[in-house]
Amino acid sequence: MWELRDITVQFGTTTAMHEVSLTISPNEILVILGPSGCGKSTLLRVLSGLQPPTAGEIWIEGSDATARPPHQRGIGVMFQDPTLFPHRSVGQNIAFGLRMAGVDASTQRRRVDELLELVDLHGFAERGVENLSGGEAQRVALARSLAPEPSLLLLDEPFAALDRTLRDRLVSDLPEVLDSAGTAAVHVTHDHDEAFAIADRVAVMSDGHLLRTAPPAELFADPRTETVARFLGHTNIVGDGRDRRVIRRDAATIDPAGDMEATVTASVFRGDHHDIAVVGALGELRFRLTESAAVGSVVRLRIDPTRVAPLSGD
Amino acid sequence: MGRNRSRLIAAAAVVPAVFLAVFFVYPVATVMWRGLGDGGLAPLRDLLDSGRTRDAIWFTLWQAVLSTLLTLAVALPGAAVVARSSARTQRVLRALVTIPFVMPTIVVAGAFTELFTRFGLDDGTIRLRHTVWAILIAHVFFNYAVVVRTVGSFWAGLDARMEDQARVLGAGRIRTFVEVTLPQLRPVISAAAAIVFLFSFTSFGVVLVLGGPRQATIETEIYRYAVVRTDFTSGAALAAIQLIAVLTLVAVATRLERSRPLTVSTSHRATVRRSPVGLAANGTLAATLLALPILVVVERSLTVGNAYGLDNYRALGTRLSMLPASATDAIQNSLVAAVSATLIAAVIGTIAALVVVHGRGALRHVFDLGLTLPLGTSAVTIGFGILIALDEPPLDLRSSWWIVPIVHSLVGIPFVVRTMVPVLRRIDPALHEAAAVLGASPRRVRREIDLPIASRGLLVGASFAFAVSIGEFGATAFIPRRADTLTAPQALFRLLSTPGELVRGQAMALAVVLMGIVALAVFAIESVRGTHEGSL
Repeated sequence: MWELRDITVQFGTTTAMHEVSLTISPNEILVILGPSGCGKSTLLRVLSGLQPPTAGEIWIEGSDATARPPHQRGIGVMFQDPTLFPHRSVGQNIAFGLRMAGVDASTQRRRVDELLELVDLHGFAERGVENLSGGEAQRVALARSLAPEPSLLLLDEPFAALDRTLRDRLVSDLPEVLDSAGTAAVHVTHDHDEAFAIADRVAVMSDGHLLRTAPPAELFADPRTETVARFLGHTNIVGDGRDRRVIRRDAATIDPAGDMEATVTASVFRGDHHDIAVVGALGELRFRLTESAAVGSVVRLRIDPTRVAPLSGD
Repeated sequence: MGRNRSRLIAAAAVVPAVFLAVFFVYPVATVMWRGLGDGGLAPLRDLLDSGRTRDAIWFTLWQAVLSTLLTLAVALPGAAVVARSSARTQRVLRALVTIPFVMPTIVVAGAFTELFTRFGLDDGTIRLRHTVWAILIAHVFFNYAVVVRTVGSFWAGLDARMEDQARVLGAGRIRTFVEVTLPQLRPVISAAAAIVFLFSFTSFGVVLVLGGPRQATIETEIYRYAVVRTDFTSGAALAAIQLIAVLTLVAVATRLERSRPLTVSTSHRATVRRSPVGLAANGTLAATLLALPILVVVERSLTVGNAYGLDNYRALGTRLSMLPASATDAIQNSLVAAVSATLIAAVIGTIAALVVVHGRGALRHVFDLGLTLPLGTSAVTIGFGILIALDEPPLDLRSSWWIVPIVHSLVGIPFVVRTMVPVLRRIDPALHEAAAVLGASPRRVRREIDLPIASRGLLVGASFAFAVSIGEFGATAFIPRRADTLTAPQALFRLLSTPGELVRGQAMALAVVLMGIVALAVFAIESVRGTHEGSL
């Protein structure tokens, strides 16, 4: 169990993190979601010990670890680029942390093989790191982080530099790999789809503040504030003043008995659905429909009230 | 238009080609011929039989090795400080450490001579004067900048997250440096070490003044044979040995430089981490090493008897008996020669750089290689070559005033080429296209885009050429000293070798004037140069 208590980080006059409190349970994957510059990378640096906080405390397994140096925290880190050590082989890269911990050579070798198996790179131990593909390099980096059996793995947008297909695959593999390694993880990203795909809990960060922490489904269904709703990809925010609501894109169906009349302004065929934009009494809204609707036509829509959530002021 | 341009470039290539053929290739070839071909290998064999020569070769080698190791030991911590500073601090630090690098050798030699006198190290329990230690210290002083600049810039560009990664994986600070940082720095350290070794190997003025009569290197031996004993054959044979050794070194250094990996993206610079203790320790060391000799010279130049005054500076206008002209005249000669040499170097160097960048096939390769040679060839070999090759009509340069600027421009041209080539390469074709799309004619593009970029590069290269010319000592030492060819460094050398309090005071005043001129040139360079450009 890791605990951040009122962590503040200042660089000169700018505040990168503002009184952030957070707990991370064993085996949990916590995703920090936020735009770039919101302080999420600073949060990782604080957890790793590479960035001492200006104020606040870090507790690990019930003891104060605020001043503990990075190499004694039992963590692994993965960055956006693999940052593999260029002058070493794949195997030597993975064994680096074990060697630092003074693990004997035969155990190192066994563990390297195990990890290569885990990340699906069997037989790569002797290869140089220069000729790996982007995805392979990132998987080696993952194996290297997991080798010393860290209690917490920190992932700093590790898939952002990869192409879509590869990213989707690694994103879907990650929870299983982490689960079999028995490691908790804090994963930082600005991509809400990625966040939903792997998170046990999502924490939304903005401008150095932690806005809300909740399981993905709960968060999506009830974002509570407009800022959070927008980070999660919601675009249909209607109403004003105290009466503001968010309407999910999957909330509408075409129904002649529906109570919303709107004009279709755009329609894009997406294979298994249509993305349409309509303008009606509530302004411009975007929906995901199973049927098509001609641009310029007037349709009646029925809104599922369970897919509408009220918003409070920010 | 493309064909026209390449014809134009091929035609223009004639100018630098002829210049270098006459003033560099022919003299150096003459040295080789005199030393190795003319009288067979007999002079060489005689030379190598003498214990004195063998001692000189051996001494040249080991003092260069030791100078290199000492410089690395002192300068690597400095490089670390530069690497971890903010961009602006880096710029200031690099400008500061560059001053010693372009300081005239003879000024540095004079500064250390005075430093030893000032702190009683001339004689007694710790004697530095006329020892190898004096030479080593001066070499560290000179080459500190080479290491700090090349290694520091490269280091700053390393991905700091690589170190973060190692630390998280359980490596402490020292272990991280040894296991992760050092292996990445190794190629650039080797390249810097090769350059330092080359400079120490061909060091002349420092050895001549600080080593005294007993510490002889190949360079000072060539000078002794050629100038003191006028035994041109032995001098040439020794110069041939030197040339071969240097060419081998240059080949090795170039190779190391080629194998140097490209700088990694700088987008992931570490958030600046300052260790106050480390910074203070390094700062003190660097300040002591770099500033103390300079301060001592300034103080001594202002000392008249037991008081401070400007008498030494006033006395510069009076001719002393051992000089063919007054020190003021020598400074004037130096300035005129430096301006002329800079103009020659700028014109020849720019054409040569254009050939290297835009020329075709063989032409470009010949120029690329041919132009680094004067940089590697020791100044002594160049001066000696001109002395023995260009001594009869139609090219009897020895009696002409032009000999000084021409010799100096030979040393300056490589600096112009080396700064211009990357600048010209960087003139981005995309910029041309963008400008053309915006409606600019090719001529307009050249005026609006190319010229401003190129002129900045030229200014940097020319300032280097100027600073080098002002301080040039090795090649000029072979030029007959007359009232119109006496340069300030030559005058300073004579003053330093003359005993006496008054003369020493004047020598220091002259040294201060020279330092001031060079410092101005360095600041011109640094204010023009951007933050992330070439490292020399």
